[in-house]
Amino acid sequence: MNNLYRGLVVVVAVGILASLSLFTVEEREKAILFGLGEIVRSDYTPGLHFKIPFIQNVRKFDGRVVTMDAAPEEFLTSEKKNVIVDSFVKWRIKDIAAYYKAMGGDERRAGMRISQIVKDGLRNELGKRTVQDAVSGERSQIMDNLAVNARRQLAEFGIEVIDVRIKRIDLPKEVSNSVYQRMEAERARVAKDFRSRGAEEAERVRADADRQREIILAEAYRDAEHARGEGDAKAAQVFAKAHQKDAEFYALYRSLSAYKASFNSKNDVIVLQPDSDFFKYFNAPRPRK
Amino acid sequence: MAWNEPGGSGNKDPWGSRGKEQGPPDLDKVVKNIRNKFRGVFGGGGGGGSSSGGPSESSGSGGGTTVASIVLGIAVAVWGATGLYIVDSAERGVVTRFGQYNETTLPGLHWHMPFPAERVDIVDVDQIRNVEIGFRSASGRAEGSSGLPQESLMLTQDENIIDIKFAVQYRLKEAKDYVFNVRDPDASLREAMESSIREVIGKSKMDFVLTEGQSQIADSIQRLTQEIIDRYRTGLQVTSVNLQSAQPPIEVKPSFDDAIKSREDRQRQINEADTYVNDIIPKARGAAARLIEEANAYKARVVAEADGEASRFNQLVAEYHRAPEVMRQRLYIETMETVLARSNKILVDTKGNGNMIYLPLDKMMSQGNVSAMPAPPPMVTIPQAPGDTGVVKAPAEQRSRDNLRSREVR
Repeated sequence: MNNLYRGLVVVVAVGILASLSLFTVEEREKAILFGLGEIVRSDYTPGLHFKIPFIQNVRKFDGRVVTMDAAPEEFLTSEKKNVIVDSFVKWRIKDIAAYYKAMGGDERRAGMRISQIVKDGLRNELGKRTVQDAVSGERSQIMDNLAVNARRQLAEFGIEVIDVRIKRIDLPKEVSNSVYQRMEAERARVAKDFRSRGAEEAERVRADADRQREIILAEAYRDAEHARGEGDAKAAQVFAKAHQKDAEFYALYRSLSAYKASFNSKNDVIVLQPDSDFFKYFNAPRPRK
Repeated sequence: MAWNEPGGSGNKDPWGSRGKEQGPPDLDKVVKNIRNKFRGVFGGGGGGGSSSGGPSESSGSGGGTTVASIVLGIAVAVWGATGLYIVDSAERGVVTRFGQYNETTLPGLHWHMPFPAERVDIVDVDQIRNVEIGFRSASGRAEGSSGLPQESLMLTQDENIIDIKFAVQYRLKEAKDYVFNVRDPDASLREAMESSIREVIGKSKMDFVLTEGQSQIADSIQRLTQEIIDRYRTGLQVTSVNLQSAQPPIEVKPSFDDAIKSREDRQRQINEADTYVNDIIPKARGAAARLIEEANAYKARVVAEADGEASRFNQLVAEYHRAPEVMRQRLYIETMETVLARSNKILVDTKGNGNMIYLPLDKMMSQGNVSAMPAPPPMVTIPQAPGDTGVVKAPAEQRSRDNLRSREVR
């Protein structure tokens, strides 16, 4: 019984003592041990640690990576254009003692300090660049410069800047509208270009087709005439050969054929005199001299 | 240590079945001991009881000591039982001992040392998480979602503004990093995502983004985002970046549509021209073929006619040479006969007669015309042609037989 009581008392006493003299540091935390207001130790690893009760006390801070998201702000570029830049900084406490001394452990104060430095950096970097460079070409370079700059300036406060990133670079509203107008004009140009080029190509195709047609027909005409010529020549040759056999008779024969061909309708009116050869016997059945 | 103390029977079953698998070896032994020791003493009981051991103070005998020990034991057991936890199949448990990382436990029933020694953070690792950039959907789908212009509008390299929406899927890669390293890792991913989208779009030309570059852009965004969140050691893994839509802003949409339409118009014009080509070229070829065929026909006809006429003449000439004068006479008379038989004729004997003769030629002509009207217009060669070719084609002996008759017809 007594043993049990004694045991209980010991357990409770040990428990109270432990709760006063032991403390844990979580993985996500950084801790500072203060002895009568002075920093005694600040390099704790996660785990269970001792302190002297009542004399020493511990303060813990979030050691994770945190975000400082500044409100979007306008900056002037080198060509005096306004741009709205939204950026954020990823940082964490590296040297807790330095951080505590500089910022009093107040994260908001640290955030403000960081945002000032980044803003200055942004003003500086953007002032050297055109919108085009800031948006596309040298964006990552700007971010790198900002990070390097912020790291250098914040290292003494025990702050590790992991990253400075530009979330947005946008144009102010009134500038956006003129951008839209420009985009529209550009599209109109493109559209016009496409249509005119369509007309051009169509006309080209048509003209080409017309040309081909002309050539096809002309060549066909040429070949046709050639063939006709051949036919005529052949026919003339045949006639000539026949003609050579008896020129005089051919003349007679051909003339007679021509008479027959010429006078072949009732329209033809022939006025005759009976003294032609045909009418030799018309008036007198006896042979004339 | 404290958990070596006797435990209650209320927690026997889970311990019996599971203790072997995950508890440290000494714990297993302890459990067995506790069971053996208390099995006979009480049946089921073991409710609450406080850890202060207050009730045991009132009991003043040896039995009281036993009771106090039992109560204390139950209290310790309950305390120990608070260390039990279940990790779901999609989850991992991250166990810290006095704040220091100890282990990551797999799905199943586990036990950690109770407060304040150990604690566990259970995180879902297999679940695919979504981030929507540029829009917020009601039920995770892109349709029916509302756009967020301040997120979706961005500048391209050529200083145009583009409206682009992404859906990003990611999951946990490393539970420990997810729990310890970053305050609000999911928000960090969203920030990294937004930043890298704008960086990549800012490096691309608008036309590229709107047309062929979409998959390439999604790839580089995924790579860049992963790089950034790895730098923060968030323990997250971007599994896919889907470009939901890439469009010109609503303000300039009509002119973009028109530009697209103009492209179609151009094609249409060309197609129409092609239609024209397809129409006239074959027709021209047809016409050309006709020209040539007609010429060939002409050639064949002319030659054949010439052959025929020459042949006819040649045969006639042979006969003519035998009796020239007779044939001349006969041919002449036959011809005149044919000619005069067909024509209107007026025989005028004017010899030695000085009288005027009135010949109403125009009247006679008009009469002739009326009668000739229905007949085809007189042509010299054409009507002759078929007859002649017919003669040529006729067999030779028949033709010689017909010779006389055909001549008479003429």
